[in-house]
Order: sequence, then structure tokens, then C-alpha cells
Amino acid sequence: MKTQLNTNTPKTKVEKEPALKGTLASVLFLGFFLIFTWVSVYFLFLNRL
Amino acid sequence: MMNGTWKVDARDGKLAMAHIYVAFVALALGGLAGLLQVLVRSGKFELPAGISYYTILTTHGVLLGLVLTTFFIIGFQFAAVSRTAGTLSDRVRFWGWVGFWLMTIGTAITAFYILIGEASVLYTFYAPLQAHAGFYIGLTLVVVGSWISGFAMFAHYAKWKKAHPGQVSPLLTFMSVVNMILWLICSLGVAATVLFQLIPWSLGYVDRINVLVSRTLFWYFGHPLVYFWLLPAYMIWYAIIPKIIGGKMFSDSLARMSFILFLIFSIPVGFHHQLVEPGIDPAWKYLQVVLTFMVVIPSLMTAFSMFATFEMYGRSKGATGLFGWLRKLPWGDARFFAPFIGMLFFIPAGAGGLVNASHQLNQVVHNTIWVTGHFHLTLATTVVLTFFGAAYWLIPHLTGRVMTKAMNRLAIIQTIVWSIGMIFMSSAMHFAGLLGAPRRSAFSTYGDAPQALEWIPYQIAQAVGGTILFIGIILVLIIVTNLAFFAPKGETEFPVAEVAEQAERTPLVFENWKLWIGIAVVLILIAYTVPFIDMIQNAPPGSKGFKLW
Amino acid sequence: MHMHKYEKIWLFFGIGSLFVFLAVLGVGAFAQGSQPPSCLTTIDPEKVDQTPPFDQPGLVKTGDNEYQLNIVASAFAYIPNQVEIPKGAKVTINVATKDVIHGFEIAGTNVNMMVEPGYVSSYTQTFDKVGEYVVLCNEYCGAGHHLMTAKVKVVEQ
Repeated sequence: MKTQLNTNTPKTKVEKEPALKGTLASVLFLGFFLIFTWVSVYFLFLNRL
Repeated sequence: MMNGTWKVDARDGKLAMAHIYVAFVALALGGLAGLLQVLVRSGKFELPAGISYYTILTTHGVLLGLVLTTFFIIGFQFAAVSRTAGTLSDRVRFWGWVGFWLMTIGTAITAFYILIGEASVLYTFYAPLQAHAGFYIGLTLVVVGSWISGFAMFAHYAKWKKAHPGQVSPLLTFMSVVNMILWLICSLGVAATVLFQLIPWSLGYVDRINVLVSRTLFWYFGHPLVYFWLLPAYMIWYAIIPKIIGGKMFSDSLARMSFILFLIFSIPVGFHHQLVEPGIDPAWKYLQVVLTFMVVIPSLMTAFSMFATFEMYGRSKGATGLFGWLRKLPWGDARFFAPFIGMLFFIPAGAGGLVNASHQLNQVVHNTIWVTGHFHLTLATTVVLTFFGAAYWLIPHLTGRVMTKAMNRLAIIQTIVWSIGMIFMSSAMHFAGLLGAPRRSAFSTYGDAPQALEWIPYQIAQAVGGTILFIGIILVLIIVTNLAFFAPKGETEFPVAEVAEQAERTPLVFENWKLWIGIAVVLILIAYTVPFIDMIQNAPPGSKGFKLW
Repeated sequence: MHMHKYEKIWLFFGIGSLFVFLAVLGVGAFAQGSQPPSCLTTIDPEKVDQTPPFDQPGLVKTGDNEYQLNIVASAFAYIPNQVEIPKGAKVTINVATKDVIHGFEIAGTNVNMMVEPGYVSSYTQTFDKVGEYVVLCNEYCGAGHHLMTAKVKVVEQ
């Protein structure tokens, strides 16, 4: 395994988080689809009360 | 550590392939049943020779929902643990074969009683409809066989742990173990109702059965059953797809965490299949609805992991912009394409599931054909297309052959055909269901009721979709037959993903089985104890058996 | 364990949405009386015909525009299989089965419940929309399952 001599106080590996903007956009789209479906059927239920 | 030329031992391969053969035979017969069903329900076709629609429906549900799934999953998992935790010992392999034969003989017995018309009770076999005792006995053998295979996998895992103290187990082995623990805990419920209620009752040793208790035990099993199906698809997504596309796993720890969350939350939730039943206090129904929503969380995590895996890979190949990484994915590779389409279909599938579980909203959709539309997305598309995609490398890997370019192209076409068929069929089912069209029903206009006549065009669309799907079944059978027997000899990789460099070391806590099983059991006790005791203490007179088909 | 910032955002949003749904459902159920049908009354399935109110199935007026509709389900019929309800009536529907599990669904409405031997199933619905509704069994009960049907007509006063 590679070893690394680090004289700084060890920080959490927060230096470079991978660029995941497309992922965030994709899951938010998924989330909105879930919400849209749920709300639609919810309104159908309310309508039939 | 292991490189791409690592091969599953031929003897383990034989065990896995035996399961896969049975799975695809079940697919063929169960798929044929499905075709007959949509044709009957279009109103333009009648079954010959007085065959009952409900016999065909029972065949369809049992073969596809119970046989295809259980056999493929156990076969895949044996291959996966052999690949990642080392060749099975002779003893483990022996018990794997015992499990296989028990399952196969059990399947044959149950199928026999269904086909001779003695068990048209559908794959949920609700009392007090009473099948021939042979139907239940066959299913018992299937479940017992699966337990034996489960314990064989546990033994193999234990041996690896002993040989690698303090190390985190290989991901596919870990995930297989979680899935079999889940299966074991939940199948105790169906085993209890079958062994202590249905078999003695159908043999005539007891006269009456407590119907609500039987249903509750079934659904205690029936919901985690769908996670038993889903988790192997997630295994393929997490631990295999990244290797296929040429990328790395996003996070090994988060993958394990999602599986532990499934173990904990997929069982104490059966009441969401019983939301409109009498005899259960609505407060307990609501508690189990809350727990059901918790089991959505690991799927939300999985969605993120998948997109992240794809995006990181795409950007590593120079993609820019918000969605440029999509173009870098290997669309022409059926091993990726089929599971990816499965992932895509999981979006409407999950949306429908949220509605189904939602307490009062359930009244809109319960026992309508919306529910059928839902599980044809989750099981019959997401899980099944992922399994097909895995078969495209697993079968040739185990049989010492390679998938030709032509077969790969056919597999891409198969995936597209399946998608088109499913869009027609499942969409029509969802919308007809919202209009009130029932599930599990042969063709009827309900006395020419105007509302019922409105459903017929949807049923025609379902017939179109179902026919296209059957073509898809023929295509996949051609492909797997080729891969098993006729494809050119060669070496096919069993791809296993490696973790991305920046991911952290996985903690061992995920393998603290006492902790996680303990939590799972506590949640089950909290969710079920009081209402279950209530059902027994306040039980009405039990029911005698009925054979109304 | 480290989680990417965007995953934290996603899970916060996603799990938050789940809790919003649960709150809406919970308020609807426990504060606004919108519980799913969950009657706890038991009945002897072999004595349904002798047990009130099922010994006289049909529509019974219980108040000003308030009714009770008592229905006996069996393979493969509902008794009564036709009923006229005045528009705006609040009807408590009680159903019991003499044999196997049946469903009781008024298509296109929220009236949808399982009818199980040994239990009374009950649900209250106010019928605001005039029309003819098909009632059907949506739980498999045997060969005649798809023929098991009834009619509810909501008529102007």
C-alpha cells in the first residue's frame, strides 16, 4: 500500500469532491417525478372524498 | 488482487447453471401464460378446452414471481460468492445441490397440482380458498431448499471470515449474505402459515383456519419478498456495472449501508398490503406505513450512487457540461444497456410504490390493475432486465463461451422490444386502475356497465403490450440458449467492480450481524406483536375450506 | 463516514419529502377522520344471514340524509345487487361475507375494501356526484369472480 508522510495536521479528505452536478440534477428530477405522482393521486383521492 | 481472468470453478458453475436453466424454463412457461391472459382480457380470445383463466393466472404468478426469481437469484449468488470468496468447499457445494433438488422437486409438485386444476388459488393462495395439500407441500419444499442453500452460503462466508480475520468481506459475498438473511427471516412467516395452518387444514386434520392470521403471516413474508428480488439487481448495479462500463464503484461503504437498511426496514411493513382490511387497528397500519417509507431511503441512496458512478466515469473520459457524461456510457453493450433501462423504469416504479404504501391513498388503487402495472415495472422490468443483462456475461462465463456481436445486437433489440411492450402494457394498467378496473380478473363487462366498457380500450392496449413482451421473451430465450449451448467457445469475464480511489476504507461495523439482525427483530416485534396477538385473542370463528374454481 | 455534499442535499430533500407525505397522511387519518377501512367488529361467517344488520340487507335510513347500506357478499353475488342513493347522502356501508374473501369496490370512488370471513367491513362515504357506479369484487374468489357485481345509482332528490 502507498504511504504518505504528511506533516500537516491531518484534515478530512475534503480537498476535491468529485464534480457531481449532473448526478444532483438527475436525482432531483427523480424526486420531482415521485412528488408529482404522489400529489396527483393524492388530489384524486381528495376529489373523491 | 483478482484480475479479469479469474474464473468461477467449473463445479460451482454447474450448480449455478442448473438454477439458471430452471429459471429460464419458468420464464418461458410463465410468459406464455401471461400472453394468454392479456389475449383473454382483450375480450377477443377464449381459452380452449375449458381451461380456466384463473389456472393460467396462478401458473403465471407462481412461475414468474416465485420460481424464476428464486432460482435465478440463488444461482447468481452461488456464482457470486464463488467468484469473490473463493471456490466452494465440497461440503457447501453438496448442500447447494441438495437445496437445488428440493426446490426443483417442490416446484414440480406444486406445478402439477396447479396444472391439473387443483390449485387455482393464485400465487398468494389466500385462505379460505383451499388448494390440494400437494400445492402447499411443493411450496414448502421450495422454501426449505432455499434455506439449505442459504445456510450453505453462510457457511462459505464464515469460512472466508475465519481465513481473513479483521478484513471486510468481498462486497458481492456480503450482499448475498444480507439477502439470504433477509429471506430467512421473512420466509419464516410464510412457512408458519403453510406448515401450521394450510397443510393440516388442507389435509383435513383441522377443520377451520384463522384467515386474518394466515394473510398477515403471508404478507409479513410478501413484502420483504420483493426486496429479496430487488437486492440482487442492486448487487449487479453496485458491484458489477461499474466494471462493465470501465469505471469504479462510487462508494463501497454506502452500498453496504443501503443493504443493511434494507435488512432492517423491509420486513416490519407487511400491513401496507393489508391497508383496507378489517381486523387491524389503523394506528398499527399507520406505523407500518411510516416504516415502509423508511425503506425508500436506501433506494434514494442507490439512485445517487448509480448516477454518481456514471458521471464520474464520463467526466474521467473528458465529458463536460451537466449531462455530457451520458454520451460516454457504453450504450451498445447489452450487459450495460439492459440493466440501465431497468434502472430507468425504476423511477415510475418507485413512484407508484409510494402511492401504494400511502395509507388512505391505497383506497384509490387497492386491487385495481394499477397494482399489476406497478409490479410489472419493478419486478418484470427493473429486476428482470437487470437479470437478463447479467445473464449475458454470466452464462457464457460459466459455460466457457463468448457472446458474439450478433447476439449482443439481438440483446439490445430485446431490451428495446421489452421496453416498448412494457410501456404499452404497464401504462394502460396504471390508467385503467385509476378508473377502477380490477386486477386478477378474467374478461368481463360487469353487465355492460358504462364504467367497465371504458376499461376495454386499455385492455386492448395491454394485449398489444403483452404480445410485444412475449416476443421479447422469445428473443431472450434465443439469446440464452445460444449463450448456453451454441456460442463460440472462449473466455468471458465475470466483471467485479473496484472502488474509486477517493472512497474511504469500509468499516467492519456492517458485518456486526448480531447488531443488525437484533435491530431488525426488534422492529418486527414492535410492528407486529400487539396487532398479531389481537388477531388471535379476538379471533372470530375460523373458516372451513372452499374450492370455488 | 464521508458523504458527498450533493448526496447530503439529495437525502435531506428526499427524506424531507417522505416526512411531508407522512405528515399529510397522518393528519388526514388521525385529525380529519380519513382512516382506511379498519372495522374491528367480528361476525360468525356461517351465521351472517341471521346476524343483524345482515339479516335484512339493504338501505336503511338512519337520519337526515344519512343511511346505512348493509350488504351480504358471497360467491358470486352481492345482496342487494342494486341500490338507489339520494345525492348528498352520507352512507355507512357494511359488508359481510358468507364464504371466502371478497373485495368491495365502487369503481371510480374511494370505496374500496376487503371483505373477510369473520369480520364486518365498514366505510362511510358521502355521495355527492350523480351517476351510475359499478360495484365489483376485486379480490379473487373463484370461477365467477369477474361476474360478481352490483350497481349503485346516485340520484337527484
